[in-house]
Amino acid sequence: MTTTTLFRGIALALATGLGLVATPTLAANPFITVQSTTSTQNSGLYDYLLPKFTADTGIDVHVVAVGTGQALKNGANCDGDLLVVHAKSAEEKFIAAGYGVKRTNLMYNDFIIVGPASDPAHVAATKTVVDALKAIAGAKAAFASRGDNSGTNKKEIALWKATGLDPAKDSGTWYRETGSGMGATLNTAVGMNAYTLTDRATWLKFGNKGDFKILSQGDPALFNQYGIILVNPAHCDNVKVKQAKTFIDWMLSPRGQKVIGSYRAFGTQLFHPNAPKG
Amino acid sequence: MDNGFLDAFRMLARFDPDLVEIILLSIKVSFSAVAVALLLALPFGALLATWPFPGRRALVVLVNALMGLPPVVVGLGLYLLFSHRGALGVLEFLYTPTAMIVAQTVLVFPIAASLSRQVFVDLHAQYDEMLRSLGANKWQILLTVFWEARRSLLTVALAGMGRALSEVGAVMIVGGNIDHVTRVMTTAIALETSKGSLAFAMALGIVLLALSVIVNAAVSFLRTDNGGAVHV
Repeated sequence: MTTTTLFRGIALALATGLGLVATPTLAANPFITVQSTTSTQNSGLYDYLLPKFTADTGIDVHVVAVGTGQALKNGANCDGDLLVVHAKSAEEKFIAAGYGVKRTNLMYNDFIIVGPASDPAHVAATKTVVDALKAIAGAKAAFASRGDNSGTNKKEIALWKATGLDPAKDSGTWYRETGSGMGATLNTAVGMNAYTLTDRATWLKFGNKGDFKILSQGDPALFNQYGIILVNPAHCDNVKVKQAKTFIDWMLSPRGQKVIGSYRAFGTQLFHPNAPKG
Repeated sequence: MDNGFLDAFRMLARFDPDLVEIILLSIKVSFSAVAVALLLALPFGALLATWPFPGRRALVVLVNALMGLPPVVVGLGLYLLFSHRGALGVLEFLYTPTAMIVAQTVLVFPIAASLSRQVFVDLHAQYDEMLRSLGANKWQILLTVFWEARRSLLTVALAGMGRALSEVGAVMIVGGNIDHVTRVMTTAIALETSKGSLAFAMALGIVLLALSVIVNAAVSFLRTDNGGAVHV
């Protein structure tokens, strides 16, 4: 090979590179961007549901899965057309601030506390989640908190408040804030034998459970409501109102609700549709 | 642990379209970023090496320091720029491969500029006096130095490619890891890890490594095939 060939190769490479830069994103279908909580993606719900929506409507859906806190922030910055999140009071603040048009209940599941099978704090013997957390704090057993302002993190903080304890003052000792997503936090919890609060869907589909078990569940306080919100076009003129509304209407319709309810993993239904009827 | 490790290689063996799509996007994004970065950084590096101007030393220190730019910081900065509420929001780059190319270009540029500057400094010292005595003007000297540096600059390109292919922090934020749109190898690995599919994630990591080996082997072939002197 001569140097000429070499340089022809490099020139070609450069040209290809630039060509790629100049090429706009190819998209056959119109698309909408959904700012979403991670559990709906990590649980596989979107992989199951979105192809059905696209087949029905011809609209592609781009999902940016971040924590609820970041999804709300990105939504306020107009970087999405709608949100699928799970922190009702934060969602209502988002609407009140004029960033979103309307919040509708979409579906629910529940939170659970998982921990090592050895259960050093005897969480399995407790009846309520408040008692479970008190047992963990009392035993100073390791607890992994999301610490990332996500929906799950907000729920966890609210539950600690109900115990009357302040675990944040023990941050770095038994109370460990990972500042990461649900999956990363579960990996960390399994790695250091720490209890953690997780949504059931992420847990069921999680592939690195080690010897971890569900140790606290079923308390009504562990209810986990997901909401769907259209980003306010009056605040963000880039919102694709028509397509985004098509998506929201589909998700809330008997068809969309049936699809949500029919998604199962290991024989268990992961999300329970509860959109208002009519 | 599941048998995800083998799954990944089975997917690769049967050219699973999703996996192929992710690999191709990784190559496309990183390759484009390195190409653009080189186009900007080589003349800049040559300038830094050969043209004395006030503040040059400080600029060299700055460019060298920027080689260590944390990708997540670049991602965050570009998110703030490209967000619809940001200064460059009208470009609608956010959550597109273009935004990812820009992010990696920013990461590769200081590396390419700094390493190429060093190459040019060495060669310039070697050739400047000789070419001057032959009556060459400034531009002829520059061109000769560029030509003599060509193989060393391939190494610079490889260093840039390594940085681009391996980073996750920046493309995760500005790309959004959107399936079929902005999901690349590193963001897919991060996602699979967060799903607890550790074996599958690791297998993807090995595929990425293999990709890197192929790129390096190809360039190594180009470099040595000519039998010429290598300036590194």
